[in-house]
Amino acid sequence: MKKNILILLSLLASSWVMAAGGGSYIGEKAHTNIRSVDSLRSGAKTFMNYCMGCHSMNFQRYNRVAEDLGLTEDEMMESLVLTDAKFTDKMEIAMTSAQGDKWFGKAPPDLTVIAKARGVDWLYNFLINYYVDPTTPSGWNNLTFENASMPHILWELQGLRKADFEVTTDEEGNKHKEFIGFETIQPGSMSEQEYKDTVRDLVNFLDYSSEPAQLIRMSYAPWVLLFVSVFTLLAYLLKVNYFRDVH
Amino acid sequence: MTDNVNKSRRTLLLSTGAVGVVGAGFAAVPFLKSWLPSERAKAAGGPVKVDVSKVEPGQMLNVLWRGQPVFLVNRTDQQTAVLESLNDKLKDPNSESSVQPEYIDDIYRSRKQNFLVVVGICTHLGCSPKYYPDLVPQQFDSEWKGGFFCPCHSSRFDISGRVFAGSPASRNLDIPPYMYLDDNTIEIGNDGEQA
Amino acid sequence: MGKIASSSDKSANGFMGWLNARLPVTQFYKDHLSEYYAPKNFNFWYFFGSLALLVLVNQLLTGIWLTMHYKPDAAQAFGMVEYIMRDVPWGWLIRYLHTTGASAFFVVIYFHMFRGLLYGSYKKPRELVWVIGMVIYLALMAEAFMGYVLPWGNMSYWGAKVITQLFGAVPFFGDSLVEWVRGDYLISDATLNRFFALHVVALPLVIVALVVIHIAALHTVGSNNPEGIDIKKHKDEDGKPLDGIPFHPYYTVKDIFGVGVFLLIFLFIVFVKPDMGGLFLEHDNYVPANPAVTPEHIKPVWYFTPFYAMLRAVPDMQMGALIMLLAIVVLFFLPWLDRSPVKSIRYRRWPYKLMLGLFAVAFVILGWLGMQGATELYKLMAQVLTAFYFFYFIWLFIYSRNEKYHEVPERIEDH
Repeated sequence: MKKNILILLSLLASSWVMAAGGGSYIGEKAHTNIRSVDSLRSGAKTFMNYCMGCHSMNFQRYNRVAEDLGLTEDEMMESLVLTDAKFTDKMEIAMTSAQGDKWFGKAPPDLTVIAKARGVDWLYNFLINYYVDPTTPSGWNNLTFENASMPHILWELQGLRKADFEVTTDEEGNKHKEFIGFETIQPGSMSEQEYKDTVRDLVNFLDYSSEPAQLIRMSYAPWVLLFVSVFTLLAYLLKVNYFRDVH
Repeated sequence: MTDNVNKSRRTLLLSTGAVGVVGAGFAAVPFLKSWLPSERAKAAGGPVKVDVSKVEPGQMLNVLWRGQPVFLVNRTDQQTAVLESLNDKLKDPNSESSVQPEYIDDIYRSRKQNFLVVVGICTHLGCSPKYYPDLVPQQFDSEWKGGFFCPCHSSRFDISGRVFAGSPASRNLDIPPYMYLDDNTIEIGNDGEQA
Repeated sequence: MGKIASSSDKSANGFMGWLNARLPVTQFYKDHLSEYYAPKNFNFWYFFGSLALLVLVNQLLTGIWLTMHYKPDAAQAFGMVEYIMRDVPWGWLIRYLHTTGASAFFVVIYFHMFRGLLYGSYKKPRELVWVIGMVIYLALMAEAFMGYVLPWGNMSYWGAKVITQLFGAVPFFGDSLVEWVRGDYLISDATLNRFFALHVVALPLVIVALVVIHIAALHTVGSNNPEGIDIKKHKDEDGKPLDGIPFHPYYTVKDIFGVGVFLLIFLFIVFVKPDMGGLFLEHDNYVPANPAVTPEHIKPVWYFTPFYAMLRAVPDMQMGALIMLLAIVVLFFLPWLDRSPVKSIRYRRWPYKLMLGLFAVAFVILGWLGMQGATELYKLMAQVLTAFYFFYFIWLFIYSRNEKYHEVPERIEDH
């Protein structure tokens, strides 16, 4: 058992090093704004139209999203919810993880807290850095997440691109692949800027859903700290008063 | 120690103490509120849709809403005809102190005269009363005109859920908020006003 | 120095008289608060004892409340945490108070322990206070480790796996011991269940009992101070130490101010940055536990990382585990390793000041190294610093035998 663990650990360490060398490209920051309700609404729409075909959000409820995004039940159920779910249901999908394993090799992960696990910048870069790669099973590859099993779901929006690499061989005979740039094969329905904004909104929504309480938390913070400051100031004056006895 | 120091010390003690007590009060709120029904409980206790097309006259359907039995009774004309005459024997014939939505009338206690929707929990100690539909003498009441009888402590209710005088229960059976989505579908827990 | 306020004695009659004849409430209050004389020169470092108590109460309260909404079930645990974060009214705050409280506990305890090193608070007659404190520290580490398993994230899972694997370092029956601890061939529902029981019932009881004993021992020998001067040597005609002041009201009001400052920082983290950029709540723990996929980079939470760095620095598992264990055990013997008669660093000479400073820096760097991926350079650094960690105690044992020091005054002077 001991040996197994060690082998596992070393395997993982090596795979990590490879990943770092190959594809974990984070070219730009996501610059999401959790306070922008419009952005969150747009992100929720993209999520439910494109992502929820395969990805669940098992810990989040529709009514909570509606409340936090300022939508009424009717607005939410008519324009956003595509399944026959109830308003108070969790954002579950029909596909079970066993089915997912069978159909995709590995079930698409639940995305409720993905932004906590991956971070918004990674997610943003992942979604803008797809390119066509005929050598992979899905036909897609990704600069940020090399050999990702997920195909480019948003390709109609972004268009088809291929990536140019420069391959050099160093003195020891090791090959190095360096990314040069993307080349558009077929333009998408959106301009580059529109696409990036759409992805930014989507990532913003994922960030929100990873912790809906952050909206409340942030709004309480100044008042809590102000109150404690007042208390601390009074306590300080009291302490100074008492220690006049001592010195 | 001068009186001045003493006085300002008192002021500071009181103000620090007061702010501290208020702060402790604030701090207690999340702990107390976390005992309220969670979103999960609220979702599970959400409105329930019931198809009543299969309930024949005189029959009762028992459904759960928020984990409580709700009785849906398709009353016969014979059952409702006696309601008026029972008023003298009841504690609260006009349902003045009942727990019921505003749109529920005094005697029929329903949106449609023949169809009763009532929470099947005795207002005495929470047992579930049994349905005795027939207008025949019963062991517990020789002049029984149909209604509900609670086996726990012998509370008697008429076919509108109104409590008879002499029962340990003090209040008529509760009526939940409900509405007709169409002629044959009732939604319990939603009367169109909330949400 | 002005007049020291003291409580008047109304305890003989009335309700208090009745009560005191049956339960010595007033006497207890006097012994531990109103007539417990503490040195008048406590400084910044002396806030951390009362703060540790505050954090303990926070952990107990929020912990009890979290238990009300959580199920220790491998199939549900990850979802239960998200249930608390979303569906339970104010559950997010209660959980963040608990998770931030765990880290705050160690911050406070490390400051509290370093205070002991600075002013020689472990020395005669306070050896037992120190040793009991060390036992609390150990219990706290076990408590924190098991608590970290409960959210059942992937880091919970693999952290638990790696740490329980350490029992495999025990000669002869190590492997059976690992299975016994886990209750299964892997970390599983059985492990989660027993860790839950230990985390919410057994260890809190132990910790609370130890804290009571820690304070009882302290109040028997009296508090040390930044000068390391024994205030009991000079007393007035009533037997009160001349350089002492009653704990209540003086240090209660001072500690309340300390609580205010602490809460400002603590609540800032809770409300603004509860995961502390992955330091308090790690990113990989937002991925559900998965026995098939190890996180890219397994590391414990920050408060364990100095010892984790020592474990990794040694290329042999059994030796590594032994070194890590020794690093903690050696602290127990500090009262007997430091043979200098002088307590406070203020009256010790530069070699001690320098070495203690280096020791503290080494510990912090080890903590940083424990969070990094293992490169050759980092491994070498960890090895050097681990060696220095142990060298410090050997050096101290030899050096303190005939240490030269400044003369310690008889009384605490007003500044």
